[in-house]
Amino acid sequence: MKEKLILIGNGMAGVRTLEELLKIAPDLYDITVFGAEPYGNYNRIMLSPVLAGEKTIDEIMLNDDQWYVDNNITLHKGRKITQINRLAKKVVAADGTEAAYDRLLIATGSNPFIIPVPGHDLEGVIGFRDIKDVGVMLDISKQYRHAVVIGGGLLGLEAANGLMQQGIKVTVLHLVNTLMERQLDSVAGKMLCTSLEERGLEILMKASTKEIIGKERVQGVILEDGREVTADLVVMAVGVRPNIELAHKAGIFCERGIVVSDTMQTYDPSVYAVGECAQHRKQIYGLVAPLFEMGKVCANHLGQQGFSRYQGSMTSTKLKVTGIDLFSAGDFTGNEDSEELIFQDAANGVYRKLVVEDNKVKGAVMYGDTIDGSWYFDLMRDGTDITDFRDKILFGQAHLGDSGHGDENRITMIPDTAEICGCNGVCKGDIVKAITDKKLFTLDDVRAHTKASSSCGSCTGLVESLLAHTVGGNYSVAPHQKPMCACIEHTHDEVRTVIKDYELKTIRAVMDFVEWNTPDGCSKCRPALNYYLVCQWPQEYSDDYQSRFINERAHANIQKDGTYSVIPRMWGGSTTPAELRTIADIADEYDVKTVHVTGGQRIGLYGLKKYQLPQIWDRLNKAGMVSGHAYGKALRTVKTCVGKDWCRFGTQDSTRLGIDLEKASWGSWMPHKFKMAASGCPRNCAEATIKDFGVVCVDSGYELHVGGNGGVKVRATDFLCHVSTPEEVIEYASAFIQLYRENAHYLERTAPWLERLGLTYVKQRILEDEQGRKMLAEHFRVSQQFAQQDPWEERAQGKDNHEFTLLKQVG
Amino acid sequence: MSSVSTAEITENWIEIGRVDDIPRLGARVVNTAEGDIAVFRTAEDEVFALRDSCPHKGGPLSQGIVHGKRVTCPLHDWKIHLDSGEAVAPDEGCATSFPVRVENGMLFLLLVAD
Repeated sequence: MKEKLILIGNGMAGVRTLEELLKIAPDLYDITVFGAEPYGNYNRIMLSPVLAGEKTIDEIMLNDDQWYVDNNITLHKGRKITQINRLAKKVVAADGTEAAYDRLLIATGSNPFIIPVPGHDLEGVIGFRDIKDVGVMLDISKQYRHAVVIGGGLLGLEAANGLMQQGIKVTVLHLVNTLMERQLDSVAGKMLCTSLEERGLEILMKASTKEIIGKERVQGVILEDGREVTADLVVMAVGVRPNIELAHKAGIFCERGIVVSDTMQTYDPSVYAVGECAQHRKQIYGLVAPLFEMGKVCANHLGQQGFSRYQGSMTSTKLKVTGIDLFSAGDFTGNEDSEELIFQDAANGVYRKLVVEDNKVKGAVMYGDTIDGSWYFDLMRDGTDITDFRDKILFGQAHLGDSGHGDENRITMIPDTAEICGCNGVCKGDIVKAITDKKLFTLDDVRAHTKASSSCGSCTGLVESLLAHTVGGNYSVAPHQKPMCACIEHTHDEVRTVIKDYELKTIRAVMDFVEWNTPDGCSKCRPALNYYLVCQWPQEYSDDYQSRFINERAHANIQKDGTYSVIPRMWGGSTTPAELRTIADIADEYDVKTVHVTGGQRIGLYGLKKYQLPQIWDRLNKAGMVSGHAYGKALRTVKTCVGKDWCRFGTQDSTRLGIDLEKASWGSWMPHKFKMAASGCPRNCAEATIKDFGVVCVDSGYELHVGGNGGVKVRATDFLCHVSTPEEVIEYASAFIQLYRENAHYLERTAPWLERLGLTYVKQRILEDEQGRKMLAEHFRVSQQFAQQDPWEERAQGKDNHEFTLLKQVG
Repeated sequence: MSSVSTAEITENWIEIGRVDDIPRLGARVVNTAEGDIAVFRTAEDEVFALRDSCPHKGGPLSQGIVHGKRVTCPLHDWKIHLDSGEAVAPDEGCATSFPVRVENGMLFLLLVAD
């Protein structure tokens, strides 16, 4: 017999938990759901757009009746549970219906708080919580002319805006002097107020309600200071209270909410609670993302997997009022130890304030242009040290001006037909439609369904903004660091730490040690693990070939038609007539379709069949050429100019230096591709200032630059230091490379890595700690002893023969 | 691996090599008159055969990373179920699958779509 699971509360948090549970354990429980409302599960946060007439009830349904049928879930709509009998393990509904449970999930949400002033029980005084309330508001707005909304917070303003869209006069009564004072400071609050007033909303500040007057129906509101406002409808939106009555009566420990542990269990281990009724680590959450996080963790335990923990969420807020852009997160008021960074352009209606403490972002308020909200939020969540870019931080990340996106920056201004994801050809309209139709809430959902932002990632910021805009105020992310992939809860850093500390030396050992959720990982985590092991144990680890992406298995770059390219190394961009002749001969003999000079000063042959590769490599080897690793997360090229041998401006032998750098570092596996350059003078013809490591020769020596790249998001390097000799250049380069190898996450290039860690940290490790620098350089040198074998030569001589041959030719 | 009659086995199953010729969590290609077929081997030594062409844009599935009973296409990261050839949701599409069986470590392929 299956165990019985009962869910009390047919809302978003509870049903999301069931969805997560069905994903991991579809047949574990007989599931019964009791909902007090006479509907299926709908998207409560979309009630404001329904009120505003921008959406219909049908459009906000998340799970219709058929969904419950399809998943064998018994649904009791409109049956309110009035009693939980924990001894008998059963619940009782108002109509006498009883049901037994083995495990119980409480997701009763919250109730609007009704201020107990005289007249609060008159007809026409309501909260703003469910479809019924919206129905009342819509009915009244058809017959009457005046509405009062008590409370100028998020919910109150959304209600007021919605009612105003229905064509009636709305007055907002707010207790203090700043609208949304829990999310906005006085400046942003004032801007919001002005903008709402321009739309026709009447807003009374310092308005404390004394009495609601009327005979049977409400007729008006009298304030403490004697002011009187006419009203045919009063909406109380002064806050919500977790709905804990049922749990409290059953003797389950409650404070403000039902107290739960990190596994979402109450003090009764067979009873769980999620959503707005739950109190976790003293916090109660009312936004969607935290509720979904809770649901995921709860399902993990109900589904008997038992490894997830909910550790709290950091939330941000946006207002769902069309045409108003505001963003708020964290502590935006600050204290005596914090500082404020402010950007204000009143004429353009733009305001940004960051609260900074110890050079870390603690909170943010934005009005007008909120596109960088997600960036500030990331900085806040990651606790990034902003010292290095503090002077520019208020101007935003400018990530939306990346290649492929022109200068789009206000998501609301972009037409539906505008292409957002240039890689996959996804337009704004497609994304918004998918978010609405398929009820998507997270970036990963959008990626899975639309492919937007799933390739190069340059449009991630835009997609996040679209999501925030479409889903509304409730889009937010959890505070903990991102797990490596869906197979594992742990972060890249955590996995690297256990590999080192517990001397784990195979992928199997790592997966067993940290309890991977999947039998053998996925195409995301296995290559990452393989790299971390290669980097940590250069001498002992035997490379897991099947965990490498095809390019690094075939030592060639796979092309769209399944053919491969061959790009031999040209040390420092220099070649000889003999090498060129060999390449030309091969191109002739193998009928190479395309011969192309790459961006890294080499020659590529394209369109080769896999079985041809070892033969071609053999030919190249015999002419003295080796793999250029143009296919790998590895050292790619060292670009050079001709330097002082020829150039009348050249200051040092930069070409020689480039060759020496390449000789020292070729063959090394990296977290991502790694490019270097050496320019002979500050004219910088080798473009050293957009490389991962760049050298600019000057008369007095060598300037070293780090963390640049071209590509999706162009980033110019940061200046690291000036050194005097070529030997020092090699030492500093080796140390920098090794630091990057040991520290960056797999598939993280030096630019984002440097921005995450801060240049200050890199300077500490490379400049200030001389001993440490020499150690890093030495570690790199040692690891290179095992890495510098030409993979082409090995394979030309028969290694991994199976990779390049058919299993069988049939017919 | 579908059920087939004894007659079919003797008549049409083609011997294509040994299980050990395919690396664990890897694949090899059988070239036939009707195109390439990818033969996969999982960590548990289960063997599957699919048309070597991703339902998305024709990428060679044989070149992908195998994990569990899935393969990730090397071109655009679509994930394909090895047993059915179906794309993992929410992607939609199917690579034709072929019966393959193991006998005494030898692999036999039936060139009739499942």
